[in-house]
Amino acid sequence: MPEYGIMEDGMKKVSKTTKNNLITYGMVVLAYIIVQILVSTGHVSSLIQGLLVPFCTYVIVAVALNLTVGILGELSLGHAGFMCVGAFASAVFSLAFKETMPGGLRFFLALIIGAAAAALVGFLVGIPVLRLRGDYLAIVTLAFGEIIKNIINALYLGVDGSGLHFSMKDALSLNMEEDGLMLIKGAQGVTGTPNDSNFTIGVVLILVTLFIVLNFINSRTGRAVMSIRDNRIAAESVGINVTKYKLIAFTVSASLAGVAGVLYAHNLSTLNALPKNFGYNMSILILVFVVLGGIGNIRGSIIAAVLLTLLPEVLRGLSDYRMLIYAIVLIAMMIFNWSPNAIFFRKRLKQRFIGNKKLKKEA
Amino acid sequence: MKKKMLSLVLAGAMTAAMLTGCGSSASTGTNDASAETAEDASATEDTAATEESAETTESTESNGATFKIGGIGPLTGGAAVYGIAAMNGSQIAVDEINEAGGINGMTVELNFQDDELDAEKSVNAYNALKDWGAQVLDGCVTSACSIAVSAKTAEDQMFQITPSGSAVECVANDNAFRICFSDPNQGSASAQYIGENGLASKVAVIYDSSDVYSSGIYEKFAAEAANQSIEIVSAGAFTADNKTDFSVQLQQAKDAGAELVFLPIYYTEASLILTQAADMGFDVDFFGCDGLDGILNVENFDTSLAEGVMLLTPFAADATDDLTVQFVTTYKEKYGETPNQFAADGYDTVYTIKAAAEKAGITADMSNEEICAALTAAMTEITVDGLTGEGITWDASGEPTKAPKAVVIKDGVYTAM
Amino acid sequence: MNTAVHFTAASETIVWRIGMSFVAHLINGISLGSVYALIALGYTMVYGIAKMLNFAHGDVIMIGGYVVFVTVSGMGLNPLASIIISMAVCTVLGVTIERVAYRPLRGASPLAVLITAIGVSYFLQNVALLVFGSDTKAFTNVVTLPNLELFDGQLVIKSVTIVTVIVSIIIMVGLSLFVKKTKIGRAMTAVSEDKGAAQLMGINVNGTIAVTFAIGSSLAAVAGVLLCSAYPSLTPYTGSMPGIKAFVAAVFGGIGSIPGAFIGGILLGVIENLSKAYISSQLADAIVFSILIIVLLVKPTGLLGKKIQEKV
Repeated sequence: MPEYGIMEDGMKKVSKTTKNNLITYGMVVLAYIIVQILVSTGHVSSLIQGLLVPFCTYVIVAVALNLTVGILGELSLGHAGFMCVGAFASAVFSLAFKETMPGGLRFFLALIIGAAAAALVGFLVGIPVLRLRGDYLAIVTLAFGEIIKNIINALYLGVDGSGLHFSMKDALSLNMEEDGLMLIKGAQGVTGTPNDSNFTIGVVLILVTLFIVLNFINSRTGRAVMSIRDNRIAAESVGINVTKYKLIAFTVSASLAGVAGVLYAHNLSTLNALPKNFGYNMSILILVFVVLGGIGNIRGSIIAAVLLTLLPEVLRGLSDYRMLIYAIVLIAMMIFNWSPNAIFFRKRLKQRFIGNKKLKKEA
Repeated sequence: MKKKMLSLVLAGAMTAAMLTGCGSSASTGTNDASAETAEDASATEDTAATEESAETTESTESNGATFKIGGIGPLTGGAAVYGIAAMNGSQIAVDEINEAGGINGMTVELNFQDDELDAEKSVNAYNALKDWGAQVLDGCVTSACSIAVSAKTAEDQMFQITPSGSAVECVANDNAFRICFSDPNQGSASAQYIGENGLASKVAVIYDSSDVYSSGIYEKFAAEAANQSIEIVSAGAFTADNKTDFSVQLQQAKDAGAELVFLPIYYTEASLILTQAADMGFDVDFFGCDGLDGILNVENFDTSLAEGVMLLTPFAADATDDLTVQFVTTYKEKYGETPNQFAADGYDTVYTIKAAAEKAGITADMSNEEICAALTAAMTEITVDGLTGEGITWDASGEPTKAPKAVVIKDGVYTAM
Repeated sequence: MNTAVHFTAASETIVWRIGMSFVAHLINGISLGSVYALIALGYTMVYGIAKMLNFAHGDVIMIGGYVVFVTVSGMGLNPLASIIISMAVCTVLGVTIERVAYRPLRGASPLAVLITAIGVSYFLQNVALLVFGSDTKAFTNVVTLPNLELFDGQLVIKSVTIVTVIVSIIIMVGLSLFVKKTKIGRAMTAVSEDKGAAQLMGINVNGTIAVTFAIGSSLAAVAGVLLCSAYPSLTPYTGSMPGIKAFVAAVFGGIGSIPGAFIGGILLGVIENLSKAYISSQLADAIVFSILIIVLLVKPTGLLGKKIQEKV
């Protein structure tokens, strides 16, 4: 951990939050540089190279969810749904303009479209959902995630000489011309998306995400959102518009999940909305990243997302045990961090520990 | 204070993880990596099979060179039956080939990786196989995974032949071929079979609209049914989240007076449909595709319900030709169950690779790109007599040409019809 | 969707057949709904009293199903005996889950409790996955009574449907009486109103909540058996989707209300089946979940619910 020490020395004058944020950025940049060096010297196996973009995808969506869970203080079980919206919107765009647009511009536009689509859906979902609280909000976001997946699986979209065709029944009812291009074939999803994303783009997107989220947290809006989390009634009483600020945070979070979806879609040439990749299970997996990394701890989410994506691949064959271990970790983390007894116990332990330390220092 | 400490520790862990993650791969050259992945592979499912192949590797004193075939399929999860069958079938072929002296004097090694039916995992598995040093790819077993991986094999120029990836796009790239029929082929062949044999004129379809395979077959079936003057009286879709209650779809089929229900779906749902149809007193013929293969192995399923079910599959385990009899005997000995069509596809895949490799004169010192180019050219020139068809040939598109066979379940076994 | 299109017979026959198929869809819907109702009763008990969303309820159902599967198909036990074993196993399981995972978090933020419940749900699914494997098991229908056939077999009502409806009505009435008339039932009501005050009145809060979990989980075992008998397939994920939908049903009927759970369950099943039959079988789930959202927005208390207490 030498880099930590150097940074700490050089930045004594900067405020604590800024320092903390710089460490987070630095960590990502450093990891990027190390990986790039290792890749260019041929020291990284194909397996790890193939995992680099998924790392970025899951880091972004974990940070996005942490914004909802940690900062807004609401449990969303529908983030895989927002990811799904971003992925499909951008994949359809990229496929439609596969031949007619250069790669870089196309990906940039796809990114904006994916993020915007997810933000729009997040906004629309947020209006009704954020009126609810606690368990209800969780279950409704879960329902929304399932609805999104369900609709995309029944959606047929094609383009030909006479324009766009769409149907909710089957491909035959599109009545497409012979040379038409199928964009979404219901459950068969989108096939042939150009592989436009790469590790560098992924890391840039992580940095952008971090920039947005960290600045958000430290902005006026962010503080308003956190005050709602900590005490809604008090926040309301000082004139904070609860719904508005909640909606802002939720929309930002959804659109970042959409960005992760864009990255996901442009890394694979097939895109299906399966229960496994965009269903409730994925939402839970992202939640595991957030919980394990520490709720509200952005850096923790990054590390947890990378580790938990890497481990099962390195330990291929243990996949049956993976989810079991996640489940146990989830329960244990919750009891350890949130149980009133455990909190009391830790407080006492800390008091003793720090108390001794302070005494020593004074002596 | 606590938070700071925690983040310090986490940052440390992160750096350590990154370094060790990359470090281990840094230290492992191809040899180490292969040892590691081989271990993983044996850990996944069939320790016995891998050990046996290791033994045969030692027993056949060839020229020492190896030919590495990578395989990918679902070995865990809901579709594990297919992946494991394809893996076992491939392994039997590999063992036989090694006993007979290998391919061009090279010993064949098979490393079969799990993809959990997830396209992303499948690409990861492919990358792991590249680290192992795979020279050709036997996979993927399922369509969506196969499509995702074929984009990568095309990029790397690795020869790919899928045993059972039936979606059209699986073989869109020049370097990709398949053993099984394509979905459209199965759909239109089913309609033709029903029409030509006069099985029914009013047909109901129950299909999984959230599944690539099922909706792909349904579309082509519907298109071809019109030509065969088959009337589709009801088409009931279901989705992956809603696949235990088929009362609505069956009720619709019954009300519409269907004489035959076409089930282009997998066997687990089909077993439920058969049970529920029997419950509601709906007595009708059922016709399916290769996904129905395996229905007799559903644990605790009343197989008498499957009596009379017809399915279009290229492989019948009770066929009396020498090749099938021998394969079924070996498979039963080794794995203790009757092989299904996926096992036969896996077996044929390895023999097709062998035929193409011998035609192209593949040698141990060729790079993957050279192997790919040579095999791609050779594929259109070979003819394979396999378990899933006689005189199978391929054209440059990657599609096989072979005659479809239909089997009917009679007295609890698949019987050719 | 196109039930009626292909009939060319006399018009009254068409009307008769349309009506007949509608009745058949309705009965299938009630069949599905009665299973939801049974699960929702367990949900609403626990939610109403412990004020927590027991996400793992659906997975307790699945475990109940596996216990019956093993005892009936594996050991050849009498179905009735195996149901009792299954209820015992689930009761122990429910109480254990409550003791190990939920009790330490009493008083913690609802977010933590909910995440823990999700963890428990995943834990149960993955234990089942490791023990029983992921392949589907065909469940033996334990209801061996003959089906009811009406109009020369044009309309078949499965015996399991009749049994499920009757069982859920009995349980609904039984639970209502239990909560209203018995001492422990009144203690439950007190705990649900105010834990602190209940404790001051000498009620053992932890004990009462444990009893609630015991009852909820033994109901889950019954629900599991009937769910798997009606739709005879069993996988580690069997309980999760019906569990979520049953929660929707419980919210629909008014969470915490016992008759509400029953009515909500039946209605949801009917709505799901009719939308499958007449709107789109692919979008049925989307429609079901939309109902949840609409109910929560228009009448958050559900059909029969009392005013929801503010959760802080």
